[in-house]
Amino acid sequence: MNRKKITRGNTIRRSTRKWFPLFLGPVVCAFIIGFVWPFVQGIYLSFCQFKLIADAKPIGFGNYVRAFKDAAFAHAFWYTALFTVVSLVLINVLAFTVAYVLTQNIKGSNIFRTVFFMPNLIGGIVLGHIWSMIFDGILSKFSTSIVMDSKYGFWGLIILMCWQQIGYMMIIYIAGLQAVPEDMLEAARIDGATKSQALFKVTIPNVMPSITICMFLTLTNGFKLFDQNLALTNGQPIVMQEGGAAIKTTEMLALNIFTTYNNSSPNAHGTAQAKAVIFFILVAGLGLAQLAYTRKKEVQQ
Amino acid sequence: MNSLAAERRGKAVLTAVLSVICVIYVLPVVAVLINSFKLNTFVKTDTFALPTGEMWAGVDNFVKGMTFGNYPFWNSVKYSVVITILSTALILIGTSMAAWYIARVDSPFCKALYFLCVFSMVVPFQMVMFTLSNTADQLKLNTPWTIPVVYLGFGAGLAIFMFVGFVKSIPLEIEEAAAIDGCGPVRTFFLVVVPMLKPTMISVGILEIMWVWNDYLLPYLVLDLEKYRTITIHIQYLKGSYGTVDLGATMALILLAIIPVIIFYLTCQKHIIKGVAAGAVKG
Repeated sequence: MNRKKITRGNTIRRSTRKWFPLFLGPVVCAFIIGFVWPFVQGIYLSFCQFKLIADAKPIGFGNYVRAFKDAAFAHAFWYTALFTVVSLVLINVLAFTVAYVLTQNIKGSNIFRTVFFMPNLIGGIVLGHIWSMIFDGILSKFSTSIVMDSKYGFWGLIILMCWQQIGYMMIIYIAGLQAVPEDMLEAARIDGATKSQALFKVTIPNVMPSITICMFLTLTNGFKLFDQNLALTNGQPIVMQEGGAAIKTTEMLALNIFTTYNNSSPNAHGTAQAKAVIFFILVAGLGLAQLAYTRKKEVQQ
Repeated sequence: MNSLAAERRGKAVLTAVLSVICVIYVLPVVAVLINSFKLNTFVKTDTFALPTGEMWAGVDNFVKGMTFGNYPFWNSVKYSVVITILSTALILIGTSMAAWYIARVDSPFCKALYFLCVFSMVVPFQMVMFTLSNTADQLKLNTPWTIPVVYLGFGAGLAIFMFVGFVKSIPLEIEEAAAIDGCGPVRTFFLVVVPMLKPTMISVGILEIMWVWNDYLLPYLVLDLEKYRTITIHIQYLKGSYGTVDLGATMALILLAIIPVIIFYLTCQKHIIKGVAAGAVKG
């Protein structure tokens, strides 16, 4: 049986192979221009000092040393981590609750689903400006504004992200909840399980795959957040440190890389690229952990 | 009987609570709507008041918005539409062909390419943005008509991943039957495989449209900003620029920017939600 399948595939394989330029050519070219070459060049430039890429000169690990010594970068890292954890917990708990309620045969659940998902269609920059108007409208009553206090900036961004992402995660949770076998819940009911017992002992273990997906999505979304951060506060307010370094208190990692690049110092470009490599390792680490975790789950099933 | 009544009452309460949350959920959009008709000076002080009496700006905000920020708004609409349509079409055609070839030929090169695609999905844009914008500049990919190549390159990963997953689930027999009937690979792909790929095409297409339309950083870094701005770039320019910002006019533009998005959402809602669920589960 197995051997038969291999020879079968071969006929298609042989006849298709010579069409390589047509089928793969465009994508391979674009992929090299849009990803492979910039990636390789990016790694190389993180070890260089440069203003223009043409006259880059290698300087070893200097950029990485500068990146790790940069107080603003360290602040951005911890700020991002804190933001990610808080938003991860809030978004997932709220999204799961909404999804659970919406799968209980509620009247008008389609309308609710439509409304809750809607903010996902609006881009991060526009969302940021809409919410900055709203927060400023509220805070102006107390004669302050969102860029005056880093606490406002933090919770403002949390509210914004909850508003945007709850609907998205809700969709994934609903798909997971609908796949929970009805007879399993029926059996639990007949055995005398209460509603909360059925939820924690039957439903939640069965939607574990959805929970994992949503956790990782909110985790990487939080880490990579840029547009909303830029549009809502752009890192403000700025605090001067004792050493004379200015720290943008609500600046996250991606924005920090961006502002570093636009700095005028001769090392700015190289340092920004080194930070980008560090950022890539962080995000890719999270992504690969997810991949490994889902693979393990698949094997178990 | 009694518990049934209690359950019904519980559900009524839930519906009521959800309705209230729903109203709160749409408030930000309503705020944009009412402030787009309000005079600039009142947007900050009376954000949540209806634009009545002296606050009423009429259509002035929209008229002003058209030429606001030294850039005609309609140009940015035009470029946003061009970039989104061209990029999505290019990604759909290019990656579906590549994915079919990868799944069916399965040579070491294909395996390596597939691995690279999966890898590219975990690489954040910040990693490649400086070098990518430089490369795109040199290759003259900095116009709305050529930037789709950049989108195809950077966005190929997820699309190929989703298409390969689907192609592998199609039984070979169908394509073999086509081959026996005298179809070459090109005709087999376009006449036999593409119709079967339609549901995945819609899912991938929706994800790409949502990404490209709302994207800020990639077009900001790649496009020649003197000539070409997308809606998102234009709005960021207005708010990000120093000096006084006319909030009323900005809200008018934001309203114009989100109306097509909401119409698109309401008409293709089912496909959008399905596409998002498919993309998330696989990605």
